[in-house]
Amino acid sequence: MSETYYQSYGIVVALLIGGVGLVAVAFGAARVVAPRRQLPEKLTTYECGIDPVGEGWSQSQIRYYIYAFLFVIFDVESVFLFPWATTFERLGMQAVVEMGIFVFILALGLLYAYRKKVLEWV
Amino acid sequence: MIVLGFFLTAPMGIGYMEHKVLAHMQHRLGPMEAGGFHGWAQLVADGVKFIQKEDIIPKAADSWVFTLAPAVVMVPYIAIFAVIPFGRTLWAENLDIGIFYVLAITAISVIGILMAGWASANKFSLIGALRAAAQLIAYELPLILASVAVVMQAGTLSLVGISEAQHHYWYIFTQPVGFFIFIVASLAELTRPPFDMPIADSEIIFGAYTEYTGLKFAFFLLAEYGGIVAFSAIASVLFLGGYQGIPVIGHLIPGFFWMSGKVGALAFFIIWLRATYPRLREDQLQRFAWVALIPLALADIMVTGVVKVLVK
Amino acid sequence: MSVQEITFVIIAVIGGVSAVRMVTSRNVVHAALYLVVTLAMVGAVYLVVAAEFLAWVQVLIYVGAIVVLLLFSLMLTKAPIGRDTLDNQQRGLAALVGMGVLAGLAFLIQDSFGGSKPITLHQATTEQVGVTLFRGFVWPFEVVSVLLLAALVGAVVIARKDDPAGSRRGPDRRAPLRRGSEATRR
Repeated sequence: MSETYYQSYGIVVALLIGGVGLVAVAFGAARVVAPRRQLPEKLTTYECGIDPVGEGWSQSQIRYYIYAFLFVIFDVESVFLFPWATTFERLGMQAVVEMGIFVFILALGLLYAYRKKVLEWV
Repeated sequence: MIVLGFFLTAPMGIGYMEHKVLAHMQHRLGPMEAGGFHGWAQLVADGVKFIQKEDIIPKAADSWVFTLAPAVVMVPYIAIFAVIPFGRTLWAENLDIGIFYVLAITAISVIGILMAGWASANKFSLIGALRAAAQLIAYELPLILASVAVVMQAGTLSLVGISEAQHHYWYIFTQPVGFFIFIVASLAELTRPPFDMPIADSEIIFGAYTEYTGLKFAFFLLAEYGGIVAFSAIASVLFLGGYQGIPVIGHLIPGFFWMSGKVGALAFFIIWLRATYPRLREDQLQRFAWVALIPLALADIMVTGVVKVLVK
Repeated sequence: MSVQEITFVIIAVIGGVSAVRMVTSRNVVHAALYLVVTLAMVGAVYLVVAAEFLAWVQVLIYVGAIVVLLLFSLMLTKAPIGRDTLDNQQRGLAALVGMGVLAGLAFLIQDSFGGSKPITLHQATTEQVGVTLFRGFVWPFEVVSVLLLAALVGAVVIARKDDPAGSRRGPDRRAPLRRGSEATRR
């Protein structure tokens, strides 16, 4: 168990805390320096100058959902690619063929989505 | 500390560069007076102005999420700079997992943008945030897959290791397709023109950031320019040899200058594109990622694998 | 207590509190954001036990993809993402089920690892993960691809059902926004 492992992640944690601290300090400074004159018009939702129509939290197209779903699937695929990329040379052609089958099956899925036109928009 | 300091100064440099490059390309010079040379002090003035601006949280908004969102967008970009090697020994840390850490941590800022768009309780913001998130996830995949091809060549995930592995030749020569995919995907990840539909000011009024004012808005801008530096730096490490110089005269100049030069050149290129290309349409964008870039990247990976095993 | 144990306790407390806040929060989007914290803390636990690759897989897949999918589905469907409060009458039952699952898991973990000696940690590199995966678990790995393909086909079928033959007419109760954008398109 190497000490350097925990040390390097100590730096990551310190950096995250530093980043959050930076944001907090900056917001604190802005709170002190910036003027605060709140008028009701200022606090309304911006809609090109006219009064807001309907509710801000309205739903929009379902279109994007399929992309998010595809993303999850291909993200899982890419996670397998990284350990493979570092070792395939040692394991030889066998490992390349294994990954080839894996990628091919998922590419079939992408082709299916393409042929069923869910990637199309208009 | 150094990393934090760097994060605060480098994006400002890029922001300045953007102003001036665009100004000269479009012959709209803008403020040239403050501070002498090409108005450099304007930048400081802008920073001070941002802090002094009134910070408005709309009444309909969800104030906690609204306030947290800029931090969630920005902090991941700070964390990236920890692993980027700016010289043979000039890095904050050398994680074994290097590039994978970078890719994983950039994924967090998608949530920040969705938070900003939702918390604003504004239709434009919500549409903008959904557009942005859909774009970021669609182009994250080509980014990941292009990096996999480089990892296959270098045999390591560590960014220092990848730089060292390019001692003899840069990977742009063996992975031109990967480089192309990576740059296009980076542009989309940064929501820079021609991929700026999520913030299209003429359609949805800066998207997720419509309701943001003052310092909170400044943080989103800082994250954008920090992102330009970060992606330029990662692209330099993966494809342009990082701190490795060109042969023969490479040793004469320290690695830090090589790295900075490459990052600057790529950042200039990214800014240049803004002045050159019009915006794509939202559906063209998604189609391009899924129908062109991802299959191309997968093919690239398999070809690299076969070639590398055969050559060995 | 060692540094690792202290770190673990801090992580566990943050993760546990946000898990509780997630189920008690009355706003679905807030609940999803608490879920982000909980999942990130699970990743942090992986880091503490030196499973570096797994930790960042957790961040990339769960925080970067699954939660985004979740937020997408909240924002794109008719879920009450506004100020509407979300609650139901089954709190007692839910608490009972939750406690039951917790007790079951605690018993199982105690049963399988309780008596054994503490495991000495050693850093698992990505190379080791790769060699183990592609030497010993080739078939499960290939089966994963078929599983993912099945999920993908399912998603495509659902997406098409919502949208037959390219026409975009939803049933009723269109949000004002939709109507507006539709009108401009014609």
